[in-house]
Amino acid sequence: MNMPAEESRSGKDAVIEVRGLEMSYGSFVLMRDLNFTINRGDIFIIMGGSGCGKSTLLKMLVGLKQPARGEILYDGVSYWEAEHEVQERLKRRFGILFQSGALWSSMTLAENVALPLEQYTTLPPGQIRDLVSFKLSLVGLGGFEDFYPSEISGGMKKRAGLARAMSLDPDLLFFDEPSAGLDPISARLLDDLIIELSESLGTTVVVVTHELASIFAIGTNSVFLDPDVKTMTGAGDPKRLLKESPDPKVINFLTRGEGAQQS
Amino acid sequence: MIPSELKIDKTPDGALLTLAGDWRLGSAIPSPDGVIAGLGAAEKGQRLAFETGNLEGWDSGLLVFLAKLFDICRRNGISVDESGLPAGVRKLIDLASPEKQRSGVTHGGEHPSFLVWVADTALAQVKGAKEVLAFIGEATLAFVKMLRGKADFRRMDLIVTIQETGAQALPIVTLISLLVGMILAFIASIQLKMFGAQIYVADVVGIGIVRVMGAIMTGIIMSGRTGAAFAAQLGTMQVNEEIDALETLGFSPVEFLVLPRMLALMLMMPLLCVYSDLMGVLGGMIVGVGMLDLGFMEYVHQSRSALNLTHFLVGLFHSFVFGILVAVAGCLRGLQCERSASAVGYAATSAVVTGIVCIVVATAIITLSCQVLGI
Repeated sequence: MNMPAEESRSGKDAVIEVRGLEMSYGSFVLMRDLNFTINRGDIFIIMGGSGCGKSTLLKMLVGLKQPARGEILYDGVSYWEAEHEVQERLKRRFGILFQSGALWSSMTLAENVALPLEQYTTLPPGQIRDLVSFKLSLVGLGGFEDFYPSEISGGMKKRAGLARAMSLDPDLLFFDEPSAGLDPISARLLDDLIIELSESLGTTVVVVTHELASIFAIGTNSVFLDPDVKTMTGAGDPKRLLKESPDPKVINFLTRGEGAQQS
Repeated sequence: MIPSELKIDKTPDGALLTLAGDWRLGSAIPSPDGVIAGLGAAEKGQRLAFETGNLEGWDSGLLVFLAKLFDICRRNGISVDESGLPAGVRKLIDLASPEKQRSGVTHGGEHPSFLVWVADTALAQVKGAKEVLAFIGEATLAFVKMLRGKADFRRMDLIVTIQETGAQALPIVTLISLLVGMILAFIASIQLKMFGAQIYVADVVGIGIVRVMGAIMTGIIMSGRTGAAFAAQLGTMQVNEEIDALETLGFSPVEFLVLPRMLALMLMMPLLCVYSDLMGVLGGMIVGVGMLDLGFMEYVHQSRSALNLTHFLVGLFHSFVFGILVAVAGCLRGLQCERSASAVGYAATSAVVTGIVCIVVATAIITLSCQVLGI
């Protein structure tokens, strides 16, 4: 979050470019010909029905899984063609919130958040402690530093996971189903937090979700994956897609099937 | 990169803090305590404002500085005017404010007094002992139910566990028993050679292995291999709420999960013990025939004359008891497992330690009883 003093979000320059991406498991092709651009400061939603490959696409975007074909460019640098050192440097720009929080169960929340800071910065222990407390306070978990993941609720685990994802001040934050398993109020609070982070820090956010309330509340750009035709069939601002998409499946998805009943 | 700059100017109603340059982590960000110290007595109790027009860049470094500064101001009764700060900074500082934190946190930081610790530990021990007794009781009842043909468990689970705990354990039992037999023969031969009594190596190895060592070695192997596996399996089921699912459907976890494992080990341990006895004697024979110049038939004859059915049955009894102990230790620790990944590892370790301690204690009791009874 290397943010200039100016208040406005940064201009619409591409941070991630996906070109001709193909996802497959062995000989089974999940998606092909994926082409889209994620701009700096976007809250980009990857949407589609269950099993369409949203989480697989997210894993490819964060470098956990190699695409069968195509390339993913970060500020013009192709991740899978880059040297190992470049890949490692790129990864340090990412913060990832996994579906269950994926906190390390043998460590306290403070230790979970501190580990990336101890590994990748030369900050003194006192400053790391202050930073950890601040990050946990940012997600509403001030005072929970000494708790273990097994001692907190699912929603708190997600928020602690977010504090860990933000520990290195990443300029790209990835969320895998952030609302899954949360009550409506907690889900709304998490949505608000995502918007605050994006607006305040200029962080580019990529969210995998099929929660319509979240999609419309936070999304500024999106891509819709259709498992029947095995490619993306819609892209753009979700609110605009709802009004203008010519694809009945996109409308159907964005209206919980009510669009199809009306037609 | 312009280094972080901080200037304090006095104003009629307090002070103006001018933040300029780069306020990112890694740059020399000043201490908030220094700012308060820099304020004269006149400014304290008044108002602190900010000017950030020349702020070059910021990240968590500035946010942590401000959060600490605001906290100090709050404690010193200094009011803060945040309007001069960038809107993003204001929003994030507000999110991290004490008012936005979850209330009622009662954990961490506080260490209980020694007396409380002693009481807690004693109560935990009593609770643990009660749990063990309850588990043994439940397992016994499940066994009785099984004998009456009324226990709920899948026969397939029993067969699979028998295969895992029996046939698949043969390679490791072979290796360990053969080596223990050889080691025993080596150690015995060092003393017996001095009297020209090498032939009695067969007696030492034969009686030692068949009466107790074969059973102990099999018990320890099974504790490390199978006891740990039982604890890990049941622990993972506990983490995944699979055991809760069984209970809600009316199944007893002890009958459904523990009984087949206990039966499998009760059946397989004596068989593995017989096999281990054979391998141990074979190991002794390799050393006796190969290195002590004893004849093959001579060794066999000496072993046969040294061994009797009592030794063999005592060894089998040991292994039967060890089978129950290893299964109970593994399943008990698995069912006691807490709901986290690290707890599963702890359960597995604890199962092995409990299993081995129980084996050693049981051996001592059985040996003493045999001594008293003259067996």
